Amino acid sequence: MKKIIRLAALGLLLSGSAAAFAQSAPPVPAPQPVPVGQPAPADEDGGLQVTVSDDSDWQDLGIAITTFATDADVPTGTNAGSTAALGRALSQVVAADLKNNGLFKPSGPDGLPQPAYAQIQAPDFPVWSARAANMLVQGYVRAGAGGQITVGCYLYDVALKQQLVKGGWQVPPADWRRAAHKCADMVYSRLSGESPFFDSKIAYIAETGPKDHRMKRLAIMDSDGANHRYLTSGQSTALTPRYSPDYSKILYLSYLNGQPSIYVYDLASNTQKLIARTGNPTMAPRWSPDGKWVLYSMASGGNTDIYRISSAGGGTPQRLTNTPGISIGGSYSPDGSQIVFESDRSGNQQIYVMNADGSNQHRISFFGGRSATPEWSPRGDQIAFTHVAGNLRIAVMSPSGGGMRHLTDSWQDEAPTWSPNGRIIQFFRTARGAGTASIWQVDLTGRNERKLPTPVGASDPAWGPVRP
Amino acid sequence: MPALMYPRHVKTGSTMLLLAGALAMSACASKAPKELPPEPGPATTTPTTPPPSGPQPGSQADFIAKMMGSDTIYFQLNEDTVDSTDQAALSKQAQWLQQYPSKRATIEGHADERGTREYNLALGERRANAAKNYLISLGIDASRLNTVSYGKERPIALGSDEASWAQNRRAVTVTID
Repeated sequence: MKKIIRLAALGLLLSGSAAAFAQSAPPVPAPQPVPVGQPAPADEDGGLQVTVSDDSDWQDLGIAITTFATDADVPTGTNAGSTAALGRALSQVVAADLKNNGLFKPSGPDGLPQPAYAQIQAPDFPVWSARAANMLVQGYVRAGAGGQITVGCYLYDVALKQQLVKGGWQVPPADWRRAAHKCADMVYSRLSGESPFFDSKIAYIAETGPKDHRMKRLAIMDSDGANHRYLTSGQSTALTPRYSPDYSKILYLSYLNGQPSIYVYDLASNTQKLIARTGNPTMAPRWSPDGKWVLYSMASGGNTDIYRISSAGGGTPQRLTNTPGISIGGSYSPDGSQIVFESDRSGNQQIYVMNADGSNQHRISFFGGRSATPEWSPRGDQIAFTHVAGNLRIAVMSPSGGGMRHLTDSWQDEAPTWSPNGRIIQFFRTARGAGTASIWQVDLTGRNERKLPTPVGASDPAWGPVRP
Repeated sequence: MPALMYPRHVKTGSTMLLLAGALAMSACASKAPKELPPEPGPATTTPTTPPPSGPQPGSQADFIAKMMGSDTIYFQLNEDTVDSTDQAALSKQAQWLQQYPSKRATIEGHADERGTREYNLALGERRANAAKNYLISLGIDASRLNTVSYGKERPIALGSDEASWAQNRRAVTVTID
């Protein structure tokens, strides 16, 4: 099934007002990252329609990304250096974001003219026309009181000599990359019509050591692999993390007590507790979209079933499945009303949907082989899963089980997780023989497959929502 | 406490990999049935008179030596069926456990690498439970038996081929010293 999206920025927009160029520097208020200035008029309707299975038009879109200028080159509290160095680093992060999602082929900041601070809001359009750039991203960075960093970001249509959108964010020094991700998100959203996703984080399992004695540690990183951090020492095997919707906690499986058990790890206090004291092994933790519920699967007497418990703690777990066999996992629909899960009640692993209270359980996967680890798209229109038929491959289907498509074709790909905008899927790939694991991502079209940069082996990616 | 805690090194980098590799080899050698101390002739019913230099009677080392590989049972793909070979092995385990009635055991369930991680955890539990239930049917008190699943996380055979996968689809009984 091809999804129609709107390509809104191929020069058909006449919405930007010329007065925008004449504005003085945009006001940048407020502590946390906040958009500033007037949002660009949003009249994308009437733009070209393309299908995401043909990205060639997008890739031909020339986007020049220039070094962000600064009004005064002064020291910052960031790890990027002075404001001038930071401006360069910011533009590099923006360029890498836009390049790595596969839809654009940005140029810069290397090899491009560096605009002066005064030019940020008044681009030298003839220069960029001569370079055959269709789009131009410019920005500035300033050091403010209390070490705060202020970043402005502007997207121009070169042919139209027009500003399409602008944004500004004030961030503490440690969060400077977030300002770049916000800029990339703004550009991506304006040009694609899709929701943003760069300013998000990923929890995963870092793997080191030989195949039969592999250390598995809980770790987190930004969506581009930066700000990597280990959360557990590796003394106990950790598996299958899931970020809470507000990024304050992580559910994961640990062998800390001998039995595999689900813990909730609090990132503010660096403490953790069992999600349920069952005396039995618990596995496959999941959050509800509103963060109020936790799903886990518990084995008892060789059977495994799915339970629901309040994330606030306390209360009696509610058992949602009760058929013989293994029912495990579970992923909520975005509105929280339904849960997709896997079960071998029919004889082997297949995918089922039920209401959030466990009623109306029905199988949706009917295409041969085994089907496992379903994850409902944040947009609600697709379910990603692992299709096991000889090899393990990442596939998607509609929530009714139709339109199944493979997105990958390797020896062993499993455990998909969605980008916050439902446009990209991450998963982990295991190498035949050595068994080394790595996190990859692929576009919903099945194109633009790439490996994520992680310091060591990596598995079980869990992509969190876009940050506010 | 089951053997959960490997000696592990928290540092990253190649040094750790080398160390872990060395540890893995030694740990592997101590576990593999092929490395058993030589037995003087076929197993007989004289467990109270082990060879002079043999393991302590009733210890895990003694269990390993007496089982001669029967501490592990193997499963077909995605199955938890205890077949006749498995039954013979579990009977041997049950005899030992009856001889040392104060000993408890943990049954570790495993799966091969060709399945998804979470399902394999549940599958390993199902296999360990199948072995446990058979031991109970032979008269071993359920309170003496624990199960733990390692899913596909702890392969014993390291190849990515049918022979290795067959060895990894297993339930291993480990007595608690």
